[in-house]
Amino acid sequence: MTGLLLAATEAWWISLIKAFLIINLVMVTFAYLTLAERKVMARMQLRYGPNRAGPKGLLQPIADLLKLLNKESFRPTDAIGVLYIASPFMAAFTALVTFSVIPWGPGWTIFGETVTGYVADIPIALVFMFAIGSLGVYGFIVGGWSSDSKFSLLGSMRTCAQLVSYEVSLALSVLGVVIMAGSLSLTEIVAAQGSEIWYVLPQFVGFLVFFLAGLAETARAPFDLPEAEQELVAGYHTEYGGMRFGLFSMAEYINLITLSALCVTLFLGGWHGPALFWELSGPIWFIVKLFALLFVFIWIRTTLPRLRYDQLMRFGWKVLLPVATINAVVTAVLVVAI
Amino acid sequence: MQPFSTLKGFGVTFRQIFRKPITQEYPEYKRPVYPRFRGRHRLHRHENGLEKCVGCSLCAAACPADCIRVVAAENTADNRVSAGERYARIYEINLSRCIFCGYCELACPFDAITLGNEFELSEYSRDDLVYTKEMLLDAPIKAVPVADPDLYDTPVPAYKTSS
Repeated sequence: MTGLLLAATEAWWISLIKAFLIINLVMVTFAYLTLAERKVMARMQLRYGPNRAGPKGLLQPIADLLKLLNKESFRPTDAIGVLYIASPFMAAFTALVTFSVIPWGPGWTIFGETVTGYVADIPIALVFMFAIGSLGVYGFIVGGWSSDSKFSLLGSMRTCAQLVSYEVSLALSVLGVVIMAGSLSLTEIVAAQGSEIWYVLPQFVGFLVFFLAGLAETARAPFDLPEAEQELVAGYHTEYGGMRFGLFSMAEYINLITLSALCVTLFLGGWHGPALFWELSGPIWFIVKLFALLFVFIWIRTTLPRLRYDQLMRFGWKVLLPVATINAVVTAVLVVAI
Repeated sequence: MQPFSTLKGFGVTFRQIFRKPITQEYPEYKRPVYPRFRGRHRLHRHENGLEKCVGCSLCAAACPADCIRVVAAENTADNRVSAGERYARIYEINLSRCIFCGYCELACPFDAITLGNEFELSEYSRDDLVYTKEMLLDAPIKAVPVADPDLYDTPVPAYKTSS
């Protein structure tokens, strides 16, 4: 409680404006991430990608949005109405909420008002992110189950199994960082990296495990078994169309952005970087690192083929989990010893 | 070595970004069709302006998709349309049924009908896909690029003559 009170040093309306700004920034990033993904993938496959809507295809996300909005909101006859309609909102909402605890900059004083570099600084921000992230999984699982289709059900079962398996490694891989920084607050973790060293170096194993488990958590290639087109049509959102599908797709991409942002915050020094752009260098460095990571995600998607289901499970339980555990134990021993 | 070959794969995909895409952007760039490409039909005239078609309906009989309709009429001294005894009063091809097999071309005893090169035949209405005799006799509206005939029109395959 004291942490919450201490954090609220700025006027409430500034927090409101910041929340509004950040939500819209994340939405725009999502929209253009879809375009960037299609463009980069196309160039890696010697294609042009979308280049018809607007100059160089820059209006493609808006065209996609208009198309989705104009589509009929249908639902299968036997779908469980309330859950079927609520789950895309659930998924999108939880995806957006997690961004509130990510620090974007050191904080500024604008016209005499204190402006902090985050929307909310919670002392247990990391636990909060994992908790909300796990809540978001309900959106996917319930959505697949309530739409009364075998493909959706199979897709959501795969999502469930995969997310449960990799969530463990994801949380364990972060432990090393938490032990080194001695805090669960993301602002303090970033501050610790600013004064010492970016945790990607001492926690390189943790970084790798986090990255791989994150790939699986966001169901990205090569771990995109929940939506393997060749077997499952589309996975849990098979029976969704129009903007409801759009919300699911948005939740997936925003989860990806959040995961990259978390990775930047925990391992790549957050907003720290050589001061280049006066007061704005914090957010700019953050965004540069974020986009570099997103590019790597897209790069991996074009390069690696999808894993088989048993390979996925074996990799999660027999490789990532032991490595993450040993990494956490070794870090703890070293931190105590030094 | 598995990890190294995976990394090599990442190198390959990254290098591809800087290569020129091989996409041919269709409406702007039209790939030339082969000289023997079977597209929209054309009806032909003799050099003196008379139609080659004599309304024999052999094309309609040969058509497996049953898309040609011919109604013949007698040529008279003051209304001479074709070179033969009769001419096609109505000649319609329903291009929404046509499968572009070219049997009509083979069946025709006077080479009056051939398959041209036009392939952009989309219409907003099915009725517009029924081509009348006037449309088939006229020159096509859109010109289609045709590849150099010398490149493809070899009765004997090149590998047999070279040795």
